[in-house]
Amino acid sequence: MEFQVKDERRTDSGDDVLVPFEDVREHLVVVGNGMAGCRAVEELLARDAGRYRVTIFGAEPYVNYNRIMLSPVLAGEKTFEQIVINDAAWYDDNGIELIAGDPVTGIDRAAKAVTSQSGRTVHYDKLLIATGSDPFIIPVPGKDLPGVISFRDMKDVDTMLEAAGKGGSAVVIGGGLLGLEAAHGLTLRGMKVTVIHLMDTLMERQLDEAAGWLLKTALEGRGQTILTGANTAEIYGEGQVEGVRLKDGRDIPASLVVMAVGIRPATSLAREAGLEVNRGITVDDHMVTSDPDVLAVGECVEHDGNVYGLVAPLWDMCRSLADGLTDQHTGYKGSVTSTKLKVAGLDVFSVGDFSGGEGCEDIVLRDASRGVYKRVVVKDDRIVGAVLYGDTADGGWYFDLLKKGEDVSDIRDLLIFGQAYAVLGASGGGALDPKAAVAVLSDDAEICGCNGVSKGQVVACIDAGACSLDAVRAGCKASASCGSCTGLVENLLAVVLGDDVKSGPKTMCKCTSFGHDDVRREIVAQDMRSIPEVMQKLHWSTPDGCSSCRPALNYYLLCALPGDYVDDQQSRFVNERMHANIQKDGTYSVVPRMWGGLTNPRELRAIADVVEKYDAPMVKVTGGQRLDIFGIKKEDLPAVWADLNAAGMVSGHAYGKSLRTVKTCVGSEWCRFGTQDSTGLGVKIERMTWGSWMPHKFKIAASGCPRNCAEATIKDFGVVCVDSGYELHVGGNGGIHVRATDLLCKVATEQEALDYCAAFIQLYREEARYLERTAPWIERVGVDYIKSRIVEDDAGREALRSRFLYSQSFSQEDPWAERAAGANSELHQPLQPIAIAAE
Amino acid sequence: MTDWIDIGTLADIPQRGARTVQLSGEKEIAVFRTGDDQLFALVNECPHKKGPLSQGIVHGHSVACPLHNWNIALKTGEAQGNDEGCTPTIAVKEEGGRIWIARPMAMQAAA
Ligand SMILES: Cc1cc2nc3c(=O)[nH]c(=O)nc-3n(C[C@H](O)[C@H](O)[C@H](O)COP(=O)(O)OP(=O)(O)OC[C@H]3O[C@@H](n4cnc5c(N)ncnc54)[C@H](O)[C@@H]3O)c2cc1C
Ligand code: SF4
Ligand code: FES
Repeated sequence: MEFQVKDERRTDSGDDVLVPFEDVREHLVVVGNGMAGCRAVEELLARDAGRYRVTIFGAEPYVNYNRIMLSPVLAGEKTFEQIVINDAAWYDDNGIELIAGDPVTGIDRAAKAVTSQSGRTVHYDKLLIATGSDPFIIPVPGKDLPGVISFRDMKDVDTMLEAAGKGGSAVVIGGGLLGLEAAHGLTLRGMKVTVIHLMDTLMERQLDEAAGWLLKTALEGRGQTILTGANTAEIYGEGQVEGVRLKDGRDIPASLVVMAVGIRPATSLAREAGLEVNRGITVDDHMVTSDPDVLAVGECVEHDGNVYGLVAPLWDMCRSLADGLTDQHTGYKGSVTSTKLKVAGLDVFSVGDFSGGEGCEDIVLRDASRGVYKRVVVKDDRIVGAVLYGDTADGGWYFDLLKKGEDVSDIRDLLIFGQAYAVLGASGGGALDPKAAVAVLSDDAEICGCNGVSKGQVVACIDAGACSLDAVRAGCKASASCGSCTGLVENLLAVVLGDDVKSGPKTMCKCTSFGHDDVRREIVAQDMRSIPEVMQKLHWSTPDGCSSCRPALNYYLLCALPGDYVDDQQSRFVNERMHANIQKDGTYSVVPRMWGGLTNPRELRAIADVVEKYDAPMVKVTGGQRLDIFGIKKEDLPAVWADLNAAGMVSGHAYGKSLRTVKTCVGSEWCRFGTQDSTGLGVKIERMTWGSWMPHKFKIAASGCPRNCAEATIKDFGVVCVDSGYELHVGGNGGIHVRATDLLCKVATEQEALDYCAAFIQLYREEARYLERTAPWIERVGVDYIKSRIVEDDAGREALRSRFLYSQSFSQEDPWAERAAGANSELHQPLQPIAIAAE
Repeated sequence: MTDWIDIGTLADIPQRGARTVQLSGEKEIAVFRTGDDQLFALVNECPHKKGPLSQGIVHGHSVACPLHNWNIALKTGEAQGNDEGCTPTIAVKEEGGRIWIARPMAMQAAA
């Protein structure tokens, strides 16, 4: 290192001094006094402390502090002093000039100088840009009102603390990592917090739906209000923020609004200086930008197409940068990042790509009683992603296996149980097989946590003759509650019995080990309220089920919670989603309801008009005495319904797992033989039952005399009028296996016929399995059972009837009218009509 | 350089659902959004009998065709299980809050 005498002066005392020298070392100027900028300097100092003269500009009026610790500062767990990384002494000791509170405003690459807001100009030999990110501010009206802030730096934290000091309500826009940390801190500081999140699940980038749901439930348990699927329309207030209005019209008053919807690299300085910028400032493996004398590091850069928003990659970058600046050549190769939510008491971890996809297998563990959810995604015998909730102890281990790309085929079966189990299991006598792992457990090891059943008790139960899962559940209660130990019990059965295990009842589908009846029972017993909740509590093995379990769960929940359950459209088959029947060419057919098969000129005219107006190629009388209009395009459906509604007609539900038609004959009104008014009765029955969702399609008929012209004895519920009253028939089916009805009973009055009908329908709705029509259901449970519930148990019948009528009070809304009025009408339209001329 | 067409935002497509894009060619394109917010685009025709895949139930990264319940992998367009056949896929990406599909592939697929 050479020094040069700049000038010689005399001090007042007359001593000769040789200061100051001009420091002729290369001058490194750093823009950004944040995590990456300072870390880069530290790395550089560690390699060659004397090589560069260093000046650091910082926009914030502070020394270098740990940004990720702002959350604990907000939460009151730390003070600012405790999160300082490098204090003033560090800058002094290392001869670094810190220019804090004075942002750089321009870079002149030709002159190799930067200028700052206060007008300072500083020359550089090497420039390092480490400007981090700017919070993304959604461009809604009111975004600039005082009291609307982001969560990025110490100033934001001060603003939040000040607002919290006054109490009141806060809205956090954005349910990602940052937003939730802000919400947590503000809650601890005593504010009433509402989180508004655009997506349907929290932290959707890091967590899958199941984990997001658990997180939401836990946060709500802490008193926060979490609104998912909520879109901000505007922030309002007179001179100061007063609240947030959502697109759906909801209003949330707040004296503080924190926007935490994302960040984007702060690249404007670099862009204006003419450096190459893509999403971030583009850099090579040594963090050099398109100008060899300008480097960039941290969140503001883009390396190999990647932009990072976490600190771990910055450390790798800073090492490579310092290597480059000191002529060592180990370049940066990109980073795999993991996310850990550190909001106190809530453990969430995710890493890699957990979205699955081709060739990926999901290993899922749900332990409802402990509130644990784990999902490891394996591809080609290697871990490619993981999501952990509740128990994140093994996060680091999965992350490590992922980074090293280790072959996990040997420990695959035990992988999900974590390192201790998988590795110890593997070393403990080579027990790679879960069965062997169970076999080596001691007799008093607990198998079923809910019921406190030990391995010894389960084995005793099996020895006593239980040779199926169900038998064990009945015998010693193991696996009879939450079911999380089902796998263990099955393995024990296999260990004790070898091949003698009887396969259990058929499961609902491949996503679960539970059968339909178990699922229905548990939904009611545990008061489950949503599909993700059922999947979580009953340990579904897939992230979001399949096309056979989702519609079933949707129905079961709907049936169990009339009026409360929020229907999941995406779990409905297309016909129910579109309220029309899909036909083989992808068009739809539309069947308006004609009560009891009756119609009139106005309705007929409306139908005729629709047929002409929409060019329907065919109209047909259905087997259920309705008119079916064919060949309607998805886009035209809302308009068709509007026209039919205008003539007073509503949806015939001819498409649904629901009450379809009530077929009638003419009965005593016109027929020579008729004994009762079967037409009138049919209309009454249809008025009572229409709109009801069922396990499968459901048809009713009423005939006026035993000649049975309405074919009531091949319907799910049939009434045959006789001189002395009404014969009620159940369980008929004209499908592939024709089945004539069983006689349920005979009743004397029309009202009784209606009451028994309602009770029977409700019994079927509550007890049949999804997609099981009444005929196979009755053959399965026996007609005597049905009689015992409907005919012999007056109080039970009455209870069933009133439950049916209660649920009907919510379901008799015409779905056509809702759609015609605009609800979800976009789902009928293409995303965007785009005309692309063929080239 | 691939040329991309802006077709809307993520919020336009229901989670575990799809919307269609109408091109001036013969066919429609179905753009799917999965439960974990991934996007996929396929020609809106099942390899079996041309069922409109956009109307199927989306589960995981598959869609069950609404006509005869074949399961089609969204990423590859291939029929799964014992069924055979493949629907053309179109590159799709989310960037700057918008959804984009690859123009040349879309053109080819729609022809
Ligand atoms: C509240 C919070 C919690 C976080 N929690 C985590 C976590 O748990 N885990 C994790 O990995 N990451 C976390 N992060 C992200 C992490 O803080 C960032 O990844 C990291 O700080 C990025 O470092 P950086 O140096 O690139 O940017 P920053 O640390 O933001 O530093 C950039 C600095 O440059 C300054 N600057 C900008 N423009 C100029 C200019 N023109 N002139 C002078 N100075 C300028 C800024 O004022 C800032 O001080 C969190 C972030 C926040 C805000
Ligand atoms: S069932 Fe009896 S009442 Fe009804 S139309 Fe036939 S013959 Fe007449
Ligand atoms: S057309 Fe898709 S399964 Fe038949």
